[in-house]
Amino acid sequence: MLERKSTLIEKVDVCVVGAGHAGCEAALACARLGLETVIFTVSVDSIALMPCNPNIGGSSKGHLVRELDALGGEMGKNIDKTFIQSKMLNVSKGPAVHSLRAQADKAEYSRSMRKVLENQDYLTIKQAEVCELIWEEKEDSNNKSFKKIKGVKSFTGTVYECKAVILCTGTYLKARCLCGEAITYTGPNGLQAADHLTDSLLSMGIEMRRFKTGTPARMDKKSIDFSKMEEQFGDEKIVPFSFSTNPDDIQIDQVSCYLTYTNERTHEIIRSNLDRSPIYAGIIEGTGPRYCPSIEDKVVKFADKERHQVFIEPEGLHTNEMYVGGMSSSLPEDVQLAMYRTVPGLENCKIVRNAYAIEYDCINPKQLYPTLRFKDVEGLYSGGQFNGSSGYEEAAAQGLIAGINASMFILGKEELTLDRAESYIGVLIDDLVTKDNFEPYRMMTSRAEYRLLLRQDNADLRLREKGFKVGLISKDQYEEVLNKKNLIEKEIQRLKNTKIGAAKSNQDFLKKYDSASLKTGTNLAELLCRPELNYEILKEIDLERKELPIGVIEQVEIEIKYEGYIERQLRQVEQFKKMEKKKIPDDLDYDDVPSLRLEARQKLKSFHPVSVGQASRISGVSPADISVLLVYLEQYKRSNEDNHF
Amino acid sequence: MKSDTIAAIATAMSHSGIGIIRVSGEESIKIVDSIYRDKNNLKSLHKYKTNTIHYGFIYDDENILDEVMVSVMKKPNSFTTEDTVEINCHGGILVMNRILELVIKNGARLAQPGEFTKRAFLNGRIDLSKAEAVMDIISSKNDTALKSSVKQLRGSVYEKINDLRKAIIYDIAFIESALDDPEHISLDGYPQELSIKIADLINDVDKLLSTAENGKMITEGINTVIVGKPNAGKSSLLNILAGEEKAIVTDIAGTTRDILEENIILHGINLHLIDTAGIRSTEDIIEKIGVEKAKKYSQDADLIIYVVDSSVPLDENDYDIINMIQNKKCIILFNKSDLISKVSLEEIKNLLDKNVIIIKTSTKENTGIEDFEDAVRKLFFNGEIYFENEIMITNLRHKEALQETLESLIQVNNSLETGMPEDFYSIDLMNAYSSLGKIIGEEVSDDLVNEIFSKFCMGK
Repeated sequence: MLERKSTLIEKVDVCVVGAGHAGCEAALACARLGLETVIFTVSVDSIALMPCNPNIGGSSKGHLVRELDALGGEMGKNIDKTFIQSKMLNVSKGPAVHSLRAQADKAEYSRSMRKVLENQDYLTIKQAEVCELIWEEKEDSNNKSFKKIKGVKSFTGTVYECKAVILCTGTYLKARCLCGEAITYTGPNGLQAADHLTDSLLSMGIEMRRFKTGTPARMDKKSIDFSKMEEQFGDEKIVPFSFSTNPDDIQIDQVSCYLTYTNERTHEIIRSNLDRSPIYAGIIEGTGPRYCPSIEDKVVKFADKERHQVFIEPEGLHTNEMYVGGMSSSLPEDVQLAMYRTVPGLENCKIVRNAYAIEYDCINPKQLYPTLRFKDVEGLYSGGQFNGSSGYEEAAAQGLIAGINASMFILGKEELTLDRAESYIGVLIDDLVTKDNFEPYRMMTSRAEYRLLLRQDNADLRLREKGFKVGLISKDQYEEVLNKKNLIEKEIQRLKNTKIGAAKSNQDFLKKYDSASLKTGTNLAELLCRPELNYEILKEIDLERKELPIGVIEQVEIEIKYEGYIERQLRQVEQFKKMEKKKIPDDLDYDDVPSLRLEARQKLKSFHPVSVGQASRISGVSPADISVLLVYLEQYKRSNEDNHF
Repeated sequence: MKSDTIAAIATAMSHSGIGIIRVSGEESIKIVDSIYRDKNNLKSLHKYKTNTIHYGFIYDDENILDEVMVSVMKKPNSFTTEDTVEINCHGGILVMNRILELVIKNGARLAQPGEFTKRAFLNGRIDLSKAEAVMDIISSKNDTALKSSVKQLRGSVYEKINDLRKAIIYDIAFIESALDDPEHISLDGYPQELSIKIADLINDVDKLLSTAENGKMITEGINTVIVGKPNAGKSSLLNILAGEEKAIVTDIAGTTRDILEENIILHGINLHLIDTAGIRSTEDIIEKIGVEKAKKYSQDADLIIYVVDSSVPLDENDYDIINMIQNKKCIILFNKSDLISKVSLEEIKNLLDKNVIIIKTSTKENTGIEDFEDAVRKLFFNGEIYFENEIMITNLRHKEALQETLESLIQVNNSLETGMPEDFYSIDLMNAYSSLGKIIGEEVSDDLVNEIFSKFCMGK
């Protein structure tokens, strides 16, 4: 058999395995940095596929997209081109949790991303299943052996020699879809699964695990009675995801979503058929995410809830399919139909695609550095659901970082690691590589401890510079941000320095807005801190004001209004950075560190953190263990210095 | 957030004549200056040169707390190589503790066990060869501190803190799930609801703080066992000292059949009082167990209060007790001094020790109690009874954590009052949660995420 396979050998710089949201970002980053890149997919028609919910963004995920865009990623631009409804969530809450979410035209999203890939220099799209990684054992200068990636081999036998491989296999590895008793061995949407690569990874000593997730049914729009549901509109003024998109260009006519609810009858049907659910019958082995529970889970775990929300969302402009948000399920088709039909508006619904659960192989991400490189394999990177995350945005963010770092490695430049204090992406990756994750990881705003600083509105100020240094952001784009920063600082200073006396005209102004009168003079910044006043209102008494871009005003207002809180977080960040800067050498043997508690020693050995800061976040490592580690590192450093004499 | 200036008592906290409170870090001089005045009543510490020592006073508000010598060592001329101030005060535990508290109130934080040594090493002050010893000190001291912290906590306090934490994490989870899933969970009207809860929480933490102030958060103190034959007035004494009816007092001998415990503060000294069953040979099984327990407790006691019924002659039960308390630190109360005495002081002195402290009391008429309290105080200040400094430090640590909790909750309250958006509350609530966790030795880790998923139904 073997000799009849292809004997082709191709030479490239980077191989990206998988063309989902992670793979697309990874491949684009590499190609844009001038590296010859091949992106593999089991089906070219499934590039940037959205197999589950038809939207991009949402709480904290919107932040990820903004950050990705600031660094030079594609997702933000692509959704700006293909959205059909857009909403800024949490606008009644603080600026840190405002989050953009857009409904996508799924087919358009996919097509548009494919076009970007196709037109990208140095990038080749290849429809092929990668079955094997090619690698060799090497020795470093200390005679320590390590693995080095050499290429990949496709199912047809063709070898692609390369310097780096980025694994973005999503939910395709040994995928299995379950719809009640009906089981198919396919990836999402009936696409071909990738059954071979797992064995190759195992043979390299990579630890694999099995996760599961699920998706609800898609229904025929004609069969739905929307009059029984609440219509949900998009925002009147649409805000783009990408910092490069001109807001004026995207004020489109939007389509609506619809809200309806389950009821006691729905729950009764589910309860009486639980024995036919693969999860409750024990057929599914994978660990599912708690944050996006199937409707079965919701009914069982929250038995006292009388109803659950169901969102009916369009899948695109040129299809009748509607996504039934809130009711993912792995029950058999007959139960699904009966259950959906109890929901007001869905009484006569027709299912186009059944809801199903999917199981797949992925890795334990503690095997990765925060650069998303495998600790044990030079040149091997990974991103997305393969790393144990969930969600398009989480995947894209990792794909971009993996792509950047694979490129930095090949180009011999400094790698990019984002930390928890500068981005949600940093939080995401740090959580993945530092914590024991037992379910697909989803970004949540509560995971970001410095979130007041990590706002979606300032992602450009936080990250453009990094994108520029890496080479994905142009000089013009970078200078634009520098200019913006400058304007913000100047305006804040001006407001702080502009005195407002207790003159009658000022008191009258304050009275008009129900704001306390002045006893002594103050300045504009102080007045801006008052909840009842804002920058726009203050115009009346701010005589020297010049026109400023909206983005600048927004920052000025936030920085001043929340100054106390922001400063508190900045002080915490200082402490945090100190520990992040203390690096732990790769070859440190924790068995040599005396006085560590057993649990801490085991955890440190298994995670091999890169910094003391990372070590301190591993559960089971106490502050005392960290103190011990600090002393040991100092001893290590000093005795190494001594050795040099 | 607190500065990184650390403070601790550097000497053994016991009967030594002089005690040293060490303060190290950037703000150390400024902090001590805020409570120190020289003999001309000036705050002059910042003017002094390095490696100098100065005579002056530590002030608690406007009152002189102690007469002290303060040494100033500027970096790198100190053990830690940081700016360091050492306050040499009179060695009493209470004074040292109070000074330490003042230093902390003024911006230092309580040093972690072994932290001075750690800093000295990290700053290159300690020789490389001692690294292992340093690691060992850090590890073992923290271990002891952690164990004693939780062990010494009263069961009821532990429960209370657990309850508070549960209440707090529930609310954080609620806010956070609403932020993550605004279309499923609404926060309408929630700030009003939360402000009521916060008021309650502040109240509860305030109470805990005063509990800590009274030393009642921890079970330990000076183990003080009250012994005596039945009906000598032991339970009456406990009630008088505790200021409330803890023990049932009757005329019937043998009323107290089990052990009663109470923590009281006498002039700032924490006594863990244990009232025992009267000691007599008895056939009553329950009473017999009580008597056995009394004997056992007496063996472990730091201080024994032997209540003698002076209205009746000594009998074989008394001889039993006297035998039991030989070589123990004890105070003898000649109770029922309102009646005609049938026991002589010499008789007891001959049987125990000629220097033994004997005080005439009448628990019935509440006389002699002050003399007794005075005697306890003297014993303590003379260093004849003392306890491990670990306990006071534990208590101080608890107080520090409670103070942090309180500050965070007050911050939540401020945010509520100034109409800040909901996402601002949860940041300070989380701080309160983790501060409380320090007391019961709990990490925060994934508590929040778990709470969100288990209590609130989210998602698509």
